Amino acid sequence: MNLSLLIILPLVTAIILLFCKGLKQVRTVSLIGSVAQLVLSFTLLSNYWQERSSGNTAKMLFESNYTWFKPLNINYHIGVDGISIAMILLTAFVVVAGVLVSWTTEKLSKEFFFLLIFLSVGAYGFFISLDLFTLFFFLEVAVIPKFLLIGIWGSGKKEYSAMKLALMLMAGSALVFVGLAGLYFNTGTFDIMALSQMQIAVDVQKFFFPFAFIGFGIFTALFPFHTWVPDGHSSAPTAASMFLAGISMKLGGYGCLRVATFLMPDAAHAYSGIIILLATIAIIYGAFATMMQKDLKYINAYSSVSHCGFVLLGIGMLTKTSINGAVLQMVSHGLMTALFFAAIGMIYSRTHTREVAKLGGLLKVTPFISTVFVIAGFASLGLPGLSGFVAEMTIFMSSWQNPDKMYRLATILACASIVVTAVYILRAAGKTVMGPISDSYVKLTDATWNEKLAAGLLIAGILVIGIAPFLINQLINPGTETIMQQLGKVIIP
Amino acid sequence: MTYHQYIFLIPLLPLVAFVVLGLFGRKYFKTSSGAIGTTALLASTVLSLYAAYNYFFVDGKVNGVYQKITAFKYTWLEFAPNVSIDMGAIIDPISVMMLVVVTFVSLMVHIFSLGYMKGEERFATYYAFLGLFTFSMLGLVLSTNIFQIYIFWELVGASSYLLIGYYFDKPSAVAASKKAFIVTRFADLGFLIGILILGFYGGTLDFGTLIERLTSTQSTQFIAITTGSFLGISMLTWGLTLIFIGGAGKSAMFPLHIWLPDAMEGPTPVSALIHAATMVVAGVYLVARLFPIFSMDPAALQIVTWVGVSSALIAAIIACTQTDIKRVLAYSTMSQIGYMMFALGVSGNGGEEGVGFMGSMFHLFTHAFFKSLLFLGAGAVIHLVHSNEMKDMGGLRKLMPITHLAFLVACLAIAGIPPFSGFFSKEEILLAAFESNKIVYGIALFTAALTAFYMFRLYFSIFWNKPAHVHNEHHGEGTVSMKLPLVILTACAVGSGFIPFANYVTSDGVPFLSEMHLTFSIAPVGLAVAAILVAMSMYKKQNERPTKVAAAFGGFYKAATRKFYIDELYLFITKKVIFNLIGRPAAWIDRNIVDGFMNLLALITGAISEFIKGIQSGRVQSYALYFFGGAIGLAAVFIYLWK
Repeated sequence: MNLSLLIILPLVTAIILLFCKGLKQVRTVSLIGSVAQLVLSFTLLSNYWQERSSGNTAKMLFESNYTWFKPLNINYHIGVDGISIAMILLTAFVVVAGVLVSWTTEKLSKEFFFLLIFLSVGAYGFFISLDLFTLFFFLEVAVIPKFLLIGIWGSGKKEYSAMKLALMLMAGSALVFVGLAGLYFNTGTFDIMALSQMQIAVDVQKFFFPFAFIGFGIFTALFPFHTWVPDGHSSAPTAASMFLAGISMKLGGYGCLRVATFLMPDAAHAYSGIIILLATIAIIYGAFATMMQKDLKYINAYSSVSHCGFVLLGIGMLTKTSINGAVLQMVSHGLMTALFFAAIGMIYSRTHTREVAKLGGLLKVTPFISTVFVIAGFASLGLPGLSGFVAEMTIFMSSWQNPDKMYRLATILACASIVVTAVYILRAAGKTVMGPISDSYVKLTDATWNEKLAAGLLIAGILVIGIAPFLINQLINPGTETIMQQLGKVIIP
Repeated sequence: MTYHQYIFLIPLLPLVAFVVLGLFGRKYFKTSSGAIGTTALLASTVLSLYAAYNYFFVDGKVNGVYQKITAFKYTWLEFAPNVSIDMGAIIDPISVMMLVVVTFVSLMVHIFSLGYMKGEERFATYYAFLGLFTFSMLGLVLSTNIFQIYIFWELVGASSYLLIGYYFDKPSAVAASKKAFIVTRFADLGFLIGILILGFYGGTLDFGTLIERLTSTQSTQFIAITTGSFLGISMLTWGLTLIFIGGAGKSAMFPLHIWLPDAMEGPTPVSALIHAATMVVAGVYLVARLFPIFSMDPAALQIVTWVGVSSALIAAIIACTQTDIKRVLAYSTMSQIGYMMFALGVSGNGGEEGVGFMGSMFHLFTHAFFKSLLFLGAGAVIHLVHSNEMKDMGGLRKLMPITHLAFLVACLAIAGIPPFSGFFSKEEILLAAFESNKIVYGIALFTAALTAFYMFRLYFSIFWNKPAHVHNEHHGEGTVSMKLPLVILTACAVGSGFIPFANYVTSDGVPFLSEMHLTFSIAPVGLAVAAILVAMSMYKKQNERPTKVAAAFGGFYKAATRKFYIDELYLFITKKVIFNLIGRPAAWIDRNIVDGFMNLLALITGAISEFIKGIQSGRVQSYALYFFGGAIGLAAVFIYLWK
């Protein structure tokens, strides 16, 4: 299977969009394009299963490698393993759902959908890259559209938020670039697979690891560099919030794993304590900060800080199970925050407020939207049968295996955060969808077909992972195996 | 085909009902959803009874011992080799007994609700939630794996949340549902960490293997978990105590009971199912499931005993002062579960030593019938008078003869009057307590007398005393579907005590002969009768005695009415301490210090760039100045530093 299709398809869709006229044409093309992405990623999944079941044990599948810029030894090298496929599937789900919830975007609709689709080019490119330069290139492709999406279609203090988000993510990229350049100048190659075969000097790793890890970490709300998250999300239009939380924050997590941890395993071991510390702070502190929020989007944004802390905690623990858990949490969080933002968007478009105190009793008039809201909430607080539970429990189980007192404390605090999560989720649900309804909301209409479809798609994803986690575990297992081999090379003094 | 192969259908059918009614109920089965849910449950109940018949009377016993059989088991999520969450079904005496209890009571509640909830706007949703709850509870009962039980444990909590909050536009119902979920979630934190500890030392999450490893004193796992310690307490005690905290939360044991009385905001049939007969005994079931391990650790058993017995006593005292009939029943549930808990605590493992275990399970069994009967009876009363308060009731025995009789039987059963079922099961518990710890026995005996008193206070206030003004007398006792479950459950409340429980459900699967000692029964029965007489003198006819007695107790009475201020204490801790001292500062620090630091960075960057911008002024003179300055500087470097 030709992986480049994953880049070409959205690119072609985006170009066609430029020639479309009017909202109807634009959204039809976008929907067709995004559904095609979904079909393509499922084709990729089935091809992957076929390869694996026919005994192909290569680390990366469907590889292709072209020279891009010879003098600097930059190649367009792509390939996937189970982890990248999981992320690609996540992206495809969120893109379709994002297009569906933006169905009635009147303002500059062509430009809006163009940017949405263009953003997915960056995401797919990032997840399939096996060359650090290409990877960095696609990372940048995914950042720019967000600035415009928030700055133009956003709400509230959108200019400030757009600027803050863009600057912080750019700073992250700059750090990433230093890390990548450091690897390149010490080895002469950008190729991830080649780099993983090399023995990079430990002090080089130790010097450049923080750049790469913090750089990617900023994308995934690493404490204390998470402050773009609440502002960025709250000002973004619904689909952009979904993309931001569902896809962009995952670029960071994936980068921390694939670049920082995989290529610099010695440094990963050396810094694991600090990573765990920062992740634990993000988890528990993010949860408590969420408890005090009054705006639905702020609630979900802060809870994302807490939930992404689990991703970093899983990575920091450096065991096979914990990394599995981190990947599961990325996929799960991507789906459920996208769903949560979709539900918040649906509520906001009808009531024109996101303030919890002003809402109430929506279950009576908009049962579908309210049910979606409650399901998203349940997923967020880790109810079994939904995806969050599986990911969190995998991380808890793995981190408890380390008898060190600090690991134990981190685990207990992380476990405690799920109680706090229950508090803020149920407060939000209790005040928004339950309780007496105010007169001004009596005439609200329930979800339209496109909103139902978007929510249904995301819920299906959440349910599949929640009910049959062994499927996704099988998918990502060979990928984590590869990373573990790399981490296993380290001789711990 | 044996019953092992279809046992998965027992939980699956209610799940199917949930999915069908949840997705399509509102649209297509607006009125028929009750029938759909009830049919599914009826099928489950028949299957459970058939399984119980086969297990107890046909093939469950091999060489005189009831076997633990794993009907099926699939790996659901593998963490490491041999450490995985499995989904399976275990068949042993307690799980089969619970299958019968859960499906049977759930069926009764399904039937009762046909009449009780008729005409509700969200009728289909109600039955969908009932299906979800029943599925989760059955999954919990059948668990083969400690993580599987945790999964269904959480699901049970969520469906309880949904059902308590069924009247979602009532703020009190919303608050109650939230409280129930959060308090039990907090307790589940203990459960989860307990699982992590047992899983870590046991090297498995499977019940069978775990019990096998942690009960043989020779095994490496047992040695590791008993020698490992934290703060001077062995890891075994830690693990078991933390798991017990989870159980105590679900079973509303002191001091985690505060959610149960509020949970009465849900529809009354729901209270009968979840907050009387099934979910609240999950904690007891959990301790029973892990009982072989508990019996290896006297310290953990002591905790179980004292938490159980203090809950029994405190709840009974509070129940004497409450005026909302559902709250009286809620506290009485807490008190009776306290009995089941301490019965496990004082029990030994194996043979006649395990009389406490047997008594606990026996009481769980009989209590399920008479307590759900009490709740459904209360439901019928509330349906008629449209109030939960005792003062709005009275003299109802003529208007509702069937309910009256059913309620009387249930009160006699819970008070422990022979030959009603509660007498037999409570007798076993008291016997176990007597043989193990005289103080526990004394408190239990006193609590038994209190139980008889407050139940008959309830009974006389509802059905005797001054007649209430009932506006819609023609309403009577409601539909046939409401009367039928009352009649059936009344029969169970009378008959279930005659089951020779020790022949079937024992701690090690070996039946033993449990003898009744007539002389032993004199004290509890005598006390109970005396308490009933006291209640009769105070509440059968309206008189001044209750106020006088209350005044005699003074401050203690007031404290008991206010539930010993435990709710206020919790509110203080959550609102004042956690919100104000942790939540608010965290949010403030984030916006002002962490983000402020980031903004400061941006500001500094901005200032630097302004400075650099200033350098590129476009004025040739300044450029010339910089150029010469630079040249001189470089020259200085070359001359003095470049050696």
